[in-house]
Amino acid sequence: MIPAAFDYVRAGSVEEALAALAEHGDDAKLMAGGHSLIPLMRYRLVTPGVVVDVGNLNGDLRGISVADGTVRVGALTRHSELEHSAELADACPMLAHVASMVGDPAVRHRGTLGGSLAHADPASDLPAAVLALGATLVARGPGGEREIAAADFFTGFLESVLADDEMLTEIRLPVSGGGWNYQKFNRRAQDWAIVGVAVAENAKGVSLVNMGSTPMRATAVEQAVAAGASAVDAAALAADNASPPSDLNGDAEYRGHLARVLTERALKAAGIA
Amino acid sequence: MPANAVRIRLSVNGRSHDLEVEPRTLLVHALRDEIGLTGTNIGCDSSSCGACTILVDGQSAKSCTMLAVQAEGCDITTIEGLADTTDGDGLHPMQQAFHECHGLQCGYCTPGMILASVSLLEEYPDLDEPGVRVGLEGNLCRCTGYHNIVKAVLSAAGKEA
Repeated sequence: MIPAAFDYVRAGSVEEALAALAEHGDDAKLMAGGHSLIPLMRYRLVTPGVVVDVGNLNGDLRGISVADGTVRVGALTRHSELEHSAELADACPMLAHVASMVGDPAVRHRGTLGGSLAHADPASDLPAAVLALGATLVARGPGGEREIAAADFFTGFLESVLADDEMLTEIRLPVSGGGWNYQKFNRRAQDWAIVGVAVAENAKGVSLVNMGSTPMRATAVEQAVAAGASAVDAAALAADNASPPSDLNGDAEYRGHLARVLTERALKAAGIA
Repeated sequence: MPANAVRIRLSVNGRSHDLEVEPRTLLVHALRDEIGLTGTNIGCDSSSCGACTILVDGQSAKSCTMLAVQAEGCDITTIEGLADTTDGDGLHPMQQAFHECHGLQCGYCTPGMILASVSLLEEYPDLDEPGVRVGLEGNLCRCTGYHNIVKAVLSAAGKEA
């Protein structure tokens, strides 16, 4: 399928991108690597009148730095760059690992962290990872910059608190130690997770992939581990408060079962007895 | 051309091409229909099969999931130009390995498979057999001729399968 016709704006700066968004409102779509947007446009599930390409804005928007206990990742940093960053492997190994689990190598060369988060797909790996890691997302709009806790960012299926005239510029994560693990269950190579579970910082953060309309924290599991529960007992609570979808890959009940099994595996792999 | 057509300059296999394309033109269509390089095949048309894999600045990318306008300013290599990226007169070592190991059956996936493999070894030089299999997960061979494909990639990497 060919996308519906649109006008193309190649932004030369964040300011130019924001100006284009301000001018065209909800008729415009930002494109970074395009690996979520272009497939949707090809299926004509999205038909923006204007595509604002920010994929070439490198500089501060692309790269990883670590200072004062905080990891800063530019929104346009590509999955393969997360995967191969020695700094990230040291300061936030779970994010590097989860990035290496996205799609296939060709997808990871083009897809960006900011693009994946802004797309807000509950079945994607990276939104759940930043949720478990307690990230802060930095957005810029006409009124300046604002910080958004990952826990407040995702509001619905492919929906976030980002306004039509805002763009993500940076993702900030605490330097994280402690046990971590990511479990991704799928049946086909390079597919989205049927269910995924991210455990960060000795289970201070536990999040679920594809268990509802947004990536979600498994707060009952986090609280149980904090109160001293075993991995088995805590994992039994993994699907509490989740409303998983039913589709050809599995119904809601199956997903609930998978969430409990994968959470137990992830907790144990992260060192929770 | 429609009113919103844009002029772009694409660098493909070391040659510059001035094109006028609609923004919605996919890179694979620009390569095949505008430039006439039909070695890049179209398979699934939905970024799953990898038949249209090319190199963008040396890294594998699926040209059905890029707009032609996105590729301006990048160095693109298609299967037609791969041999020219090496010093020798003959085939690229990966092409040679596919030839020697008979890493194909019908050949439809081969251009994408070879370019994905070149990029794969560049990115992960120490791959073993399971690593090659996982690394090529984005490229499908519907003849299921994976055995010799994996053998070819390992051979190009200097490892016997």
